[in-house]
Amino acid sequence: MAEKKKGGLKELSPITIYKSLPKINCKECGVDNCMAFATKIVNREVELDSCKPLLKPENAKSYAVLKELLKPAVKEVIVGVGDKAKKIGGKLVMYRHEFTYKNPTAIAIDVTDEMTEQEVVARVQKTENFTFEYIGNTLKLDMIAIRCTSEDADKFKAVVKKVSETTKLPMILCTLSPAIAEAGLMAAPKARPLLYAANSTNWKDMAELAMMYDCPLVASSPNDLTTLVSLAKTLMTYGVKDIVLDPGTFINEGLPDTINNFTMLRRAATKGGEELAGLPLLGVPMVAWVDKGETADDLVKWREAYLASMLIVRYADVLIMHGNDGWALLPTTVLRQNIYTDPRKPVAVAPGLKVYGTPDENSPVMFTTNFALTYYTVASDIESNKLNAYLIVVETEGSAIDSGVAGRKLTAERVADAIKASGIESKVKHRKIIIPGKASRISGEIEELSGWKVLVGPRDSSEIPKYLIEKWQP
Amino acid sequence: MIATSQNDNDKKKDNEGLKLSDDLLEALAKFQQIELEDFQMDVKDLEIIFEPGMAGQIMPKLKLPGAVAGGKPLSMLQIPFLPPIETYPNKIAEVTLGATRKDGGTRGKSLTIGGEVSPAFYTFERPMPHKPVITLDVFDMEVPLSKAVKMHVKDVVGDPAAWAKLAVDKFGADMVTMHLISVDPLLKDASPKDACKTIEKVLQAVDVPLVIGGCGDPVKDTAVFEEVCAQFPGERFLISSVTRDMDVEKCAKFIKKAGHAILSFTPMDLNLARELNRRLYDYVVKEDIVMDLTTAALGYGLDYAFTNMERARMGGLMGDTELAQPMSSGTTNAWAAREAWLKMGAEWEPRELRGPLWEVTTAITLLLAGVDLFMMMHPAAVKTLKDVTNYLSGAKKADPSKYANWVKVKA
Repeated sequence: MAEKKKGGLKELSPITIYKSLPKINCKECGVDNCMAFATKIVNREVELDSCKPLLKPENAKSYAVLKELLKPAVKEVIVGVGDKAKKIGGKLVMYRHEFTYKNPTAIAIDVTDEMTEQEVVARVQKTENFTFEYIGNTLKLDMIAIRCTSEDADKFKAVVKKVSETTKLPMILCTLSPAIAEAGLMAAPKARPLLYAANSTNWKDMAELAMMYDCPLVASSPNDLTTLVSLAKTLMTYGVKDIVLDPGTFINEGLPDTINNFTMLRRAATKGGEELAGLPLLGVPMVAWVDKGETADDLVKWREAYLASMLIVRYADVLIMHGNDGWALLPTTVLRQNIYTDPRKPVAVAPGLKVYGTPDENSPVMFTTNFALTYYTVASDIESNKLNAYLIVVETEGSAIDSGVAGRKLTAERVADAIKASGIESKVKHRKIIIPGKASRISGEIEELSGWKVLVGPRDSSEIPKYLIEKWQP
Repeated sequence: MIATSQNDNDKKKDNEGLKLSDDLLEALAKFQQIELEDFQMDVKDLEIIFEPGMAGQIMPKLKLPGAVAGGKPLSMLQIPFLPPIETYPNKIAEVTLGATRKDGGTRGKSLTIGGEVSPAFYTFERPMPHKPVITLDVFDMEVPLSKAVKMHVKDVVGDPAAWAKLAVDKFGADMVTMHLISVDPLLKDASPKDACKTIEKVLQAVDVPLVIGGCGDPVKDTAVFEEVCAQFPGERFLISSVTRDMDVEKCAKFIKKAGHAILSFTPMDLNLARELNRRLYDYVVKEDIVMDLTTAALGYGLDYAFTNMERARMGGLMGDTELAQPMSSGTTNAWAAREAWLKMGAEWEPRELRGPLWEVTTAITLLLAGVDLFMMMHPAAVKTLKDVTNYLSGAKKADPSKYANWVKVKA
């Protein structure tokens, strides 16, 4: 593939960056010297702005040079203000294996100006309170999309006011009418919402509003990329600073166009270096609710959820959704977390003996694999139940229990070696090891090779506390 | 669109909670399948339309038409957007599974996967030569199943032929995977001959192509596969799987002799995948190999599986010939994620929906990475993936006017 890159990731060397740094090794950034800082910059491990001397007026020129060098293929746009403000876009690459994706897809949940005040507040609070603890991360939702369904500027203004009083989450104001949009903006003039949307007919008025209220603006041209980039160019030339692209989202028979449009835009931006395609992309899974008819709500939520997941995989930077059920949002938000992790980071943890609580010589001994997710899951089940126990983490080259047994990464030899190497024999009096239920196939071999008595534990670590109460005897 | 009848609504009210997924399944089943014309377009035609190497000049810098006043345009500027089409030096191998009587087997039809000349569903570039295929899991003995899955198959557990029939007739499986778990020396240690009897029953019950799955013991699987190959030559099974710690030469030879295809399985490591494929190339042709790079569940390493597969596919297209094989995914592994089946707080229920959606999300993510063959479990997940692949492979266009008004939808 022809890989032409503007300010390309791979072409940048630390030396290029170093040349424009202050070169005074002040350590203010927390790194030993400017060269080391330059390396971190190239690896995108620190932000340029953490070099404080660079922000001084006399270094403005160098700063500008570096900013241009480090410009991402997709522009970064900030929605909202304060702590909850959300950065979207800022992508450096097309494919996940090229470099860690930046700025996880922001998910907005909608309210409308025809919902009762109570309903609006309840939906906003539910969005704000959505949290799921997942391997040391808290999964959250990011924004509130406010749709004008009434075509009444006063109603829209009132609901924008209500939402901005209820939450600090960034807002997306959704109406194609500039007059209604203006009423909404007046209710939250400093909130920097994302304005949806400018199209080929209303663009001039929307551009004026975006500039007056200093807010990012969505350029919308469903399934017509020529008009979309023309619109983006027009808005940019007009003076709108931050633009987000809406190439249209379509379900069912429209899926190929949806996926193609997002893919083409992202490829044009990352591989072709095209500025007009290099803008954050808005996806609207809530189109699943259009023409819903008699379709069961659960089925619409189901479709909306998998459409959201497809768009997370295929380059959406912000999503607007209507369904807010946990069962539907959990797979979507976990997928988002997965896709936005560092592809270089090993998924394994260090093998060895882990000690929980204050175990004694009669405490239970268990083992698990060094696959990070297996380990964290087991560890959290032990910790959250305040158990006193030993856990031996066996080197499985990052395999989980079942795939480890199937792929011979988790073998009786490795378990026996790990028991020996852990030094557990001097810590407990008994010689009993509880093994994961999914490793029951190798229980006999483990007994044979280690000399320890094997107790086959539960298949899922959530049942460890119950198992210990019912079965554990040193 | 689905019309849920009044009757169904009433039923739903009667069966709150646990029956939800039945309703979903019914609703999904009622989905009016839109007949899709086969999207046949010669790749060569496309290449004539889109000259290769356009990426660098996607949007020519044209003189901007339209009046500009004080730097501000008065009318919309016009910029063309040309699809960023690429060409790739290599093509993914095509593998045909299942043989009809004409080809020496007994199957009603055969299926072909692979053959891609572009990344997955880059249909702006080139059409997908074949739709991805779904094979449903059938086990030859009782295995731990999550409740959400069990409720759909409870009547057929222990009867592989009935289970296979259910998978094909009711759940719409393109293929069936016959997992011969009972041959495991640590379980029932059933003999290769017993395994063949099970296969014979399944062959009688359904006429779709079969995947033959072993128990995971390299020695026993070799013995079982050898017997299966001797008993059923010409059926063009997919033998699942040949791994690095088996006698690769021996397996490849008897599978080749019987005319079956090989699933080459490696644990999430492209170097190992290349190595195993390389060893297999000494005995079989590329058209005999599907590769399984290992599927981890959503939330439990799916990111790693996704990137591995996406890299393998890009590599294969770019000329890394040892990775230019169609890919299979054990998507059923999605159920290894506790969030797929565990009873959680009320805000995450019902798990009867969360679970199959977990499998759908895992499947769709990998669909977009390039998987050609999905080994799946839950009927609602199968139905959804089938719909999505049909839509994605279809030639229908989006109708923007239909969705233009989403802002005003009174949901």
